[in-house]
Amino acid sequence: MARTLAEKVWATHVVRHAEGEPDLLYIDLHLVHEVTSPQAFDGLRVTGRGVRRPDLTLATEDHNVPTINIDQPIADPISRAQVDALRANCAEFGVPLYPLGSIEQGIVHVVGPQLGLTQPGMTVVCGDSHTSTHGAFGALAFGIGTSEVEHVLATQTLPLKPFKTMAITVDGELPAGVTAKDLTLAIIAKIGTGGGQGYVLEYRGSAIRGLSMEGRMTLCNMSIEAGARAGMVAPDETTFEYVKGREHAPTGAAWDEAVTYWRTLPSDADAVFDAEVHLDATALSPYVTWGTNPGQGLPLSGSVPSPATASDEVERTAIERALTYMDLVPGTPLREIAIDTVFVGSCTNGRIEDLRTVAEVLRGRQVADSVRMLIVPGSVRVKLQAEAEGLDTVFIDAGADWREAGCSMCLAMNPDKLAPGERSASTSNRNFEGRQGPGGRTHLVSPAVAAATAVVGTLAAPADLPNLV
Amino acid sequence: MDAFTTHTGTAVPLQRSNVDTDQIIPAEYLKRITRTGFEDGLFASWRQDPEFVLNQQHHAGATILVAGPDFGTGSSREHAVWALQNYGFKVVISSRFADIFRGNSGKGGLLTAEVRQETVEQLWALIAKDPATEVTVDLEGQQIRAGDLVADFEVDSYVRWRLLEGLDDIGITLQSGDAIAAFEKQRPGFTPTTS
Repeated sequence: MARTLAEKVWATHVVRHAEGEPDLLYIDLHLVHEVTSPQAFDGLRVTGRGVRRPDLTLATEDHNVPTINIDQPIADPISRAQVDALRANCAEFGVPLYPLGSIEQGIVHVVGPQLGLTQPGMTVVCGDSHTSTHGAFGALAFGIGTSEVEHVLATQTLPLKPFKTMAITVDGELPAGVTAKDLTLAIIAKIGTGGGQGYVLEYRGSAIRGLSMEGRMTLCNMSIEAGARAGMVAPDETTFEYVKGREHAPTGAAWDEAVTYWRTLPSDADAVFDAEVHLDATALSPYVTWGTNPGQGLPLSGSVPSPATASDEVERTAIERALTYMDLVPGTPLREIAIDTVFVGSCTNGRIEDLRTVAEVLRGRQVADSVRMLIVPGSVRVKLQAEAEGLDTVFIDAGADWREAGCSMCLAMNPDKLAPGERSASTSNRNFEGRQGPGGRTHLVSPAVAAATAVVGTLAAPADLPNLV
Repeated sequence: MDAFTTHTGTAVPLQRSNVDTDQIIPAEYLKRITRTGFEDGLFASWRQDPEFVLNQQHHAGATILVAGPDFGTGSSREHAVWALQNYGFKVVISSRFADIFRGNSGKGGLLTAEVRQETVEQLWALIAKDPATEVTVDLEGQQIRAGDLVADFEVDSYVRWRLLEGLDDIGITLQSGDAIAAFEKQRPGFTPTTS
């Protein structure tokens, strides 16, 4: 029978199947961080259970960690206690850990792919909803809660009901200046924050094939913002090229065996999806959000919407509430919205290609006086690569703040926060109320738009900037 | 986990859609390493407004939350479930729940009852008329009863069984220990390890 990519990966991981019960699914890689794991380790201690496969588990510190003065103890005592708890738990249960200060430390979803631990056809979980990132490799990867973290630690499996499948086909070529981030914001605006609920999304079509692995990671990362636990892209030469030679990638005969297997993974030509969505890549332009959920986005050329355009009462109330919170007036061109803070980073857009894009825009230009710009690499490796390429000099010369690796202002668990009422253009993934600090207002943007916005002071794309003489 | 069969209590109308987990419990509360004591973080930002529905005296002691569609979107933080439970909620009723939130609720024993939006609005109207309206959520019969209203609700059949029995998921899985060990023997040699 013809099967989709997701169905193939699922089928090869079923440990136990019984009618009327969830399938018991084997987990190939379990990533762990400090925020969603302490209660899970506690649960193991209480029940006298151990970690079944520490060798399939990897921990790093990312959510809480400061992005300055990392050679000093973490100032916030509660953050420090949580990081210390992770260190003690990993030591007690034998789980490998890359702590702050390690060259492999970074955002968990940047670290896994970078080490070559994320490979096609695997099942990957983490107590973090953006685990969907790893789907870019053709892995089935999804976020789990703390009870499930404990479950995977104890059994290396999870009981799960099969997902439905949704094909999101994007044909044509993305216009110049339009990135994977714009594409994902356009998809979420189209299907809504609940549109993918219950589905695994498979991104297909020529526009997807044309994306780099990092672009695919950005796209899969935000699947959860459309309500889908997982998003996937079929592995191809781009994937193999990226994985090859990384620390944990197979070598020699094992590499050939792996690639042979990976080539069998793409959805069969006659596979049937439970739902299908089509987008024309050539019609896309830079997207930004104006509201308080990632589905409230529009092309940058648009204007703040009016509640009168809502299709029903629920949506009308949601628009009104978002406009009040965001302090925006319907009809205002999005390009006229003034920004206080630009944040570049996160598991969505904190990789080297993102930083190169930002540097390309900032080179020879200055961040506007009214703007503070924070650039936070997704991992120590990304930071070192950027510095080897001289990107840090471009950022610093432009007046941006170049930081250490971590989740930072994406979720403001560390000291990097918006002040109440402050407005950001952010390359992160969530524009929820208070996400980047209580009372803060967030516009989600691509790295290119973030950089241009930093220069202009209002939401802008690189094409809006005057040419450099 | 305690078994859940039927619950009767008063309800709070939360007339908002897309209530994301950052609203249910902001990130600053996630630094704790316990499973209890999260009630102060529940809707922390919204509760600063004295008019917010949870601050209204006539809703004190309510144990059922009736919310707009797409409840629990966003992050995988199970702290959202703990915060609702620590505050005293036993049931959340909505027309649509985010997947991870619903899964986390099932693990922790918080019942997510999925109904049609029309039922949500009927409940809102009943509570608006009389905040002391008793709402019964019957998991055995998958039914919500309040005043004249009788409505069915959806819940995953396996989660329903586990809640009714009060079973621990990990305990169930460990009974398949032999199957897990057998599966591990046939995993391809090229799959990576972290060590």
